[in-house]
Amino acid sequence: MPSTASSSAKNVSPAVEFRAVEKRYGAGPVILDAFSLTAAPGDFIALIGPSGCGKSTLLKLIAGLSPVTAGALLLGGRTATPERASTDDELAYVFQEPTLLPWLTVAANVALPLELRATPPDRRAELVRTALALVGLEPRAAYYPRQLSGGQKMRVSIARALVLSPQLLLLDEPFGALDEMTRDRLNEELLAIRERQSWTAFFVTHSVAEAVFLSNRIVVMSANPGRLHREIRVDLPYPRTPATRRDPAYHALVDEASQLLRSVEDTVAT
Amino acid sequence: MPPRRFLTILLPAFAGALFVAIWIFVRASLSEDFRFLLPAPTEVLAAFRDHGDELWRATLNTASGATLGFLAAVFVSFLLSILLSLSPLVRVTFYPYLMLLQMTPIIVFAPILVLWVGAGLKSVTIITFLICFFPLAVNTTQGLVSTDRNLVELFQLYRATKFQEIRRLRIPAALPYFFTGLRIAATLAPIGALVGDYTAGSSAGDGGGLGFQTIIYSSQAKYPALFATAAVCCALGFIFVAGVLSLSWLFLRKWHDSYDRADT
Repeated sequence: MPSTASSSAKNVSPAVEFRAVEKRYGAGPVILDAFSLTAAPGDFIALIGPSGCGKSTLLKLIAGLSPVTAGALLLGGRTATPERASTDDELAYVFQEPTLLPWLTVAANVALPLELRATPPDRRAELVRTALALVGLEPRAAYYPRQLSGGQKMRVSIARALVLSPQLLLLDEPFGALDEMTRDRLNEELLAIRERQSWTAFFVTHSVAEAVFLSNRIVVMSANPGRLHREIRVDLPYPRTPATRRDPAYHALVDEASQLLRSVEDTVAT
Repeated sequence: MPPRRFLTILLPAFAGALFVAIWIFVRASLSEDFRFLLPAPTEVLAAFRDHGDELWRATLNTASGATLGFLAAVFVSFLLSILLSLSPLVRVTFYPYLMLLQMTPIIVFAPILVLWVGAGLKSVTIITFLICFFPLAVNTTQGLVSTDRNLVELFQLYRATKFQEIRRLRIPAALPYFFTGLRIAATLAPIGALVGDYTAGSSAGDGGGLGFQTIIYSSQAKYPALFATAAVCCALGFIFVAGVLSLSWLFLRKWHDSYDRADT
């Protein structure tokens, strides 16, 4: 069960482990400094912080899109390298934009990761159907992206990420461009999917409410250079529903995280 | 919808009728001595009848030169564009020479070409090729290197091979650019073939094309036939452009914004 995975994971190697990771691009400024964090399998970690704190960079490091400058990054107990990062079908990425191929139908977009790995076509069709069903878009399988709303496009993007049954899901502000209603709905859907699958998630967001609603751990980061400022445990029980948003404990956590974020942003401003 | 479609046929037809009316009026207002400069529409039609056979043969010759040169340009420019898109170094190495190719005046080059491969279809094809090549190569290359950065990262993330990235991402993403180049090339191809035929066509065996026919008619002062030749050239150009537009519609209508309809 995802909700208990982090407590029962004593003997399992951590899903992701940052050991004093430093990141800089070329001779540029330090983006991430002495960043250490251990994510147990099943953790849902929300990353919040002022812009420039390296949240997105963190995801790129995990994804192997960019190498660490110093320190070590381990995935499933093994050192992450760009060559290895996503070879085991274990990692999926949801970008800020839906990043769909406009010339492919919804079904073909979801099938893309399978196709790039030469999954047999019959198996492919089945996996695509399952993934689309997870996000409730089966009836739109033959549509083209431009025929979909913003929320639907994002759902396709999530289905594409889930089609490989990833162990690790990286989400970079996926709902940032959506209206609040759609965002809330997608948050609930994402957690509902999580009840049925077990993945570890890193979720970058600007919305404190979203971070509290989704995650079991919130990592607040400070900027210039990006550092882990504080971690907040979110002990609200899963499954979380719209009722969770009325829970006083939820509001207390949103307040706490907001204040923490504001204090971090103030130090950046001065 | 129906009245709108009706208008798209009616309005151009009306403009055409107006054009012919002005034509007739201008001719009527000329003094008798100068009327030969602007033949009446009926005279042009008569020229079609009198010179129909040779015009048809010349049109086929020019059309084959235009088609062959155009297709060759599409094929070669596509391969070259993929090569150019692979690295900025390759691009800076070859771009100046691509420009040079475009700068070379065809009129000067044509006599040399005739020396090399002889007058006729071969020369016409090569000249058409040279004229079509540049807009195709430039647009397609631009398209291949303008792929959305996020999509490229997506492919890297899923460990796509370079071949997969080109075939499944860069080429489809470049299609709108490719078709822009294709549209420009389609208008240039018949003109290129005509100019080629004018300068390097001649009657060497195959009777020459529309360019060669132009030389003959002007030397014989057959002005209605010249107007008929011009009309045929226009028609040829229309067929080329219509072909490319249909092809573009076929490939892009489902997904590209340029074919977006509110009522999908």
